[in-house]
Amino acid sequence: MDPIIKTEKLTHVYGAGTPFEHTAIDGIDFEAERGEFIGIIGHTGSGKSTFIQHLNGLIKPTSGRVLLDGHDIFETKERTRETRFRVGLVFQYPEYQLFEETVYKDISFGPKNMKLSEREIDERVREAAGFAGLSEDTFEKSPFDLSGGQKRRTAIAGVMAMRPEVLIFDEPTAGLDPSGCKELMTNIMNYREKTGTTIIMVSHSMEDVARTADRLLVFKNAHIVMQGSPSDVFSHVAELKTMGLTVPRVTLVALRLRELGLPIPKDIYTVEHLKNAIVQLREEGYHA
Amino acid sequence: MLKDVTLGQFFPGDTVVHRLDPRTKLILVIVYIVALFAAKTYAAYALVMIVLIVCVSLSQIRFTTIMKGVKPILIVILITGILNLFFTQGEHVIFRLWKLTMTWEGVRTAALMILRLIMLINGTFLLTYTTSPIALTDGLELLLSPLKKLRFPVHELAMMMSIALRFIPTLIEETDKIMSAQKARGADFDTGGIVQRAKAMLPLLVPLFVSAFRRADELSVAMESRCYHGGEGRTRMKKLTFARRDFGALILGAVFLAAVFALNRVWK
Repeated sequence: MDPIIKTEKLTHVYGAGTPFEHTAIDGIDFEAERGEFIGIIGHTGSGKSTFIQHLNGLIKPTSGRVLLDGHDIFETKERTRETRFRVGLVFQYPEYQLFEETVYKDISFGPKNMKLSEREIDERVREAAGFAGLSEDTFEKSPFDLSGGQKRRTAIAGVMAMRPEVLIFDEPTAGLDPSGCKELMTNIMNYREKTGTTIIMVSHSMEDVARTADRLLVFKNAHIVMQGSPSDVFSHVAELKTMGLTVPRVTLVALRLRELGLPIPKDIYTVEHLKNAIVQLREEGYHA
Repeated sequence: MLKDVTLGQFFPGDTVVHRLDPRTKLILVIVYIVALFAAKTYAAYALVMIVLIVCVSLSQIRFTTIMKGVKPILIVILITGILNLFFTQGEHVIFRLWKLTMTWEGVRTAALMILRLIMLINGTFLLTYTTSPIALTDGLELLLSPLKKLRFPVHELAMMMSIALRFIPTLIEETDKIMSAQKARGADFDTGGIVQRAKAMLPLLVPLFVSAFRRADELSVAMESRCYHGGEGRTRMKKLTFARRDFGALILGAVFLAAVFALNRVWK
């Protein structure tokens, strides 16, 4: 099947011709299949944010193309605008973009811009709020009276309500408490399961991407330096460390156990995995 | 788009112009502006221009960078030029079109006025390019300190100015971010009539105000928790001291001003 979204030699240079010239991304070739969950990791300033803003046409590339369903998204203004609805982007700390009087109105901002009918809008708002884990009794409240976590859910619902085919998150769990993080990740996974949306998620939490992503991209100095399944990527512990990144804590535990002589496989990256591996070892007759 | 605004941007450097005391620079800019508006003859204009060029060269800031400051008010300059061009009374008429007359005097006044405005902006931008906002407000506070005797809140004014300057880039960045976020939800800031555009600004302005208030609140708590209580008895980390180069520069400034007045009289 054709990839839903694809980039060809995508390059972006900030402030070209000034003393502050800076190449944020350099010749990025990237493809995402329909329904895929892609995790993006990388150090601050590695170009992740610039990259994802190209995918829905917020930033124009200095050179290279972005293809959505095989069409260049910068071909015409209409196409770029349409792309904004088909590729949803949830920014970091999205709660700072809330502005309406009520939660309901804020969530319906996107669908309204799509010029949908009242009924369609209503249906989408309710659906999106459900996906984002927002109960309907918050609808008539002011978004500024909500708790931090609920504000974030409102903002996420605002993007989900556009029913995008690709949904991009820039660190959706940043600044939430551990239980809030966990709930939000569960909501995102449920959403994906029910809608089959392609999801691209930038995250600093290795645990989050390890658990959820089908494929990981590692950004460094404007390039994708590594990609593959979480188990592939997280088996390069030393390399990731030189990039200022890390691996899930449980992978480190597994590595240490290997060093101590237990024949645990290399590609452990969730607690579940390690548990299974240890259970298997015991069944094979190993004793600590 | 918004990042192109270079208002009050500081380019760090280590030249004579950068090292001068901010008070000296503030005084010299005032001297420069007085000289610029006092200049009446071509010779006086030429002298002001030479001084400007020498100062810019000394600061090692590129001329293209200095000229960028003119861009935002290009329209004002053009309108001034056009008005001067057609509404200056004179004897040497070039042409008459209905009620519009263009005279040689008009051409001269318009050209000089445009030159004067551009040079005015260049000179003031040189100040903000070579002086950090903090040094600038410190300098201003000290220059205005005699007003304290009249119970004028000099310190508070300087503090407000430095906070405002400090937050310009932050708010620009914030505006950029919120704009992107709303565009991602299909907001359209660039098309439609005036009413429609004004309405489209709402999703931008509301979050921006909310965040500005939040920042102000956080900043005031942070300042109070470090026991800030105004200027009374406050000492400085960087004490401003006049060096020999400052006296030299001030003397040169005085000579320059005198020369401009002299040139106004000599070549009529």
